[in-house]
Amino acid sequence: MTKIIRNTLMSLALFTILTGFIYPLVVTGIAQAIFPRQANGSIITKDGKVLGSSLLGQQFEDPKYFWGRLSATTPYPYNGGSSSGSNLGPNNPDLMKAVQARVQALREADPLNKEKIPVDLVTSSGSGLDPHISPAAAQYQVARVAKARGLDEAKIKTLVASYTEGRQFGFLGEPTVNVIRLNLALDELKN
Amino acid sequence: MTGNDIFQIVLYFGVLLLLAKPLGDYMARVYENQPFVLDRVLGPVERIFYRVCGVNADEEMDWKKYALTVLVFNVGGFFAVYLLQRFQGVLPLNPQKFGAVSPDSSFNTAVSFITNTNWQGYGGESTMSYLTQMAALGVQNFLSAATGMAVLVALIRGFQRHSSKTIGNFWVDLTRSTLYILLPLALIWSVLLVSQGVVQTFSEYKTAMLTQIITYDNPKNDAQGNVIKDEKGNPVTEKAQMKEQSIPLGPAASQIAIKQLGTNGGGFFNVNSAHPFENPTPFSNFLEVIAILLIPAALCITFGKMVGDKRQGRALLAAMVIVLAILMVLCTQIEQKGNPNFASIGIDQGASSLQPGGNMEGKEARFGIVNSTIWATATTAASNGSVNSMHDSFMPLGGLLPMWLIQLGEVIFGGVGSGLYGMLIFAIITVFVAGLMVGRTPEYLGKKIEMFEMKMTILAVLIVNALVKIGTAVGVSTKAGIAGISNPGPHGFSQILYAFSSASNNNGSAFAGLSANTVFYNTALGIAMFLGRFWVIIPVLAIAGSLAAKKKVPAGLGTLPTHTPLFVSFLIGVILIVGALSFMPALALGPIAEHLMMIGK
Repeated sequence: MTKIIRNTLMSLALFTILTGFIYPLVVTGIAQAIFPRQANGSIITKDGKVLGSSLLGQQFEDPKYFWGRLSATTPYPYNGGSSSGSNLGPNNPDLMKAVQARVQALREADPLNKEKIPVDLVTSSGSGLDPHISPAAAQYQVARVAKARGLDEAKIKTLVASYTEGRQFGFLGEPTVNVIRLNLALDELKN
Repeated sequence: MTGNDIFQIVLYFGVLLLLAKPLGDYMARVYENQPFVLDRVLGPVERIFYRVCGVNADEEMDWKKYALTVLVFNVGGFFAVYLLQRFQGVLPLNPQKFGAVSPDSSFNTAVSFITNTNWQGYGGESTMSYLTQMAALGVQNFLSAATGMAVLVALIRGFQRHSSKTIGNFWVDLTRSTLYILLPLALIWSVLLVSQGVVQTFSEYKTAMLTQIITYDNPKNDAQGNVIKDEKGNPVTEKAQMKEQSIPLGPAASQIAIKQLGTNGGGFFNVNSAHPFENPTPFSNFLEVIAILLIPAALCITFGKMVGDKRQGRALLAAMVIVLAILMVLCTQIEQKGNPNFASIGIDQGASSLQPGGNMEGKEARFGIVNSTIWATATTAASNGSVNSMHDSFMPLGGLLPMWLIQLGEVIFGGVGSGLYGMLIFAIITVFVAGLMVGRTPEYLGKKIEMFEMKMTILAVLIVNALVKIGTAVGVSTKAGIAGISNPGPHGFSQILYAFSSASNNNGSAFAGLSANTVFYNTALGIAMFLGRFWVIIPVLAIAGSLAAKKKVPAGLGTLPTHTPLFVSFLIGVILIVGALSFMPALALGPIAEHLMMIGK
């Protein structure tokens, strides 16, 4: 028994050094050498200021910006320090309340739009930090954004098209639009 | 189901099986001590390991000593993980200055990681220092996986050997699994994941200046830090503004690679692989979901090779693929149909080239429906338990399927090692039932299955089964248990049932709305995880020891062949019947009741 305990303590120590320190350090070394941008959070900067990460969504409620998925993080949406889904069951009345509030907000911001609303625009993402929406959800908002900015709809449409990514390698995942990158590009457009 | 849905599922199984074959052959070489390339490079490291640890690699163990060593080693691991959490506040590599984790949460997490469950009672980015993530959780991601593989190899030796007292050396099986299988794969996977945007750094969290400032209702706290509530019980709030976003970082890729390959599943961040930094692109998603089933699938090939009849391994793998494929397709169909409650309020849930449609609550836009349901069923078929969507927000029957896959005993692929030894338990039950039908002593792989093996087999199945139900019963009949529920009606019952199913079967996923970071759930689920792991390992090793001691009997005319489609369907039948009889009554009170109430509205 004492031998097993001695074996245990020594092997735990060695495995901790190997898999707990050497392994992550080697991976960090390789990552920082080959993929520094990705390994450090895919940060977007402008004039030395950090504007966000192209992988983390941000909250947009102004009609002149494209809106992203609903975010269930607390105490405020898109809290990068505390990722969370809503975890509302499909029949939970709170889910209906959240969805209806979003439907109402979208309709009020653009009363002329009578289209059906794409489902990803009225539901919470799993992470609360989803940077993407579907191309359908982006197109639904084009008219509103154009009007709020006093710009030609066609111009916004072209911009959305250029920020629409198809399936990865043509077959993996779903087509998406990156909301934070699209909105930053919108602001550039104005200038 | 859309054409794309079908394509993604076929692609998934195709690539999985293609990779499983060479890896399975490779692992057989590792365990059989046949030469392969890596042993020439890492051989010296292996020998230094044995010398420093005082292990004699040639010394074999009988099943009792093997089991004792497994237990002592894992209890040692428990204390390491527990203490690192309790003292992380004064230890280095803690750039966010997180304090000690609470005693009950530390207990739960320590049990969770040594048992390969990786139930997450905590939120990684707001609780754990980088040191805890690496040296406590990361290390156990390797070691709990290697423990499962070691126990499996010991059981396989029970079938291989005859008239033998011993079943191998745990230290050798553990070291070789880690050094030659898990580490190299994890290294490849982590670099590929970083290329997609998974973070890997030791620097502290960054802060971004938001493009649009957020105004929100902030709950007011009293002097003790408790939320102040008004007379209706709602929290009192004040208007607040947020101008910044915290960007969490850390050595995540190295952790995530092994969490998937080792069927661990504990996330670096709170929402696990739904988090864009854990799983940023469809390709990272594909890599991770392949990793979930890769080793469990390949071990079937290893098994066939080691027992000298490749068809035996393929038969077990076929049973696993068939059950998973059917449930995966069903789950996709249910989720793709969407939520009928939304039909009347002008929401478009139809799939098109511009949107995935379906039930998108709790799912990420880049994964849509099918890549969420492939993951949900794969992660619960395996005892992985990582998630890329929130199972709590699945449709009632869509959520039933992952839960049932867990309740089947984590034998459809299952955990690395543990899945296949669980499946072999069911294979033994199957030959036993078949033997009863024709009135003949059952045999499996040339070994007579007798009283002792059957007792141990039934023990292994019944204990986990009982843990789920007793745990759920305690959960729904105590105040502390009910307090955790976040969804009303039958769904609340489902949350508790899912929690105890997941813990007892060492899965680790959750209907995550359940507030489980409480003394009650941390303790109760911790006990369920511990018993669910080691009270299966001990009977399995006992069977290994008993089989190794037996003589081989040559297959006769009356022997049931165990590699035929007939046997595969018989095996599937036994698994599904045991799973259905055990859990349909409980499922009827949860997801099935919720579904009926929903369509009856």
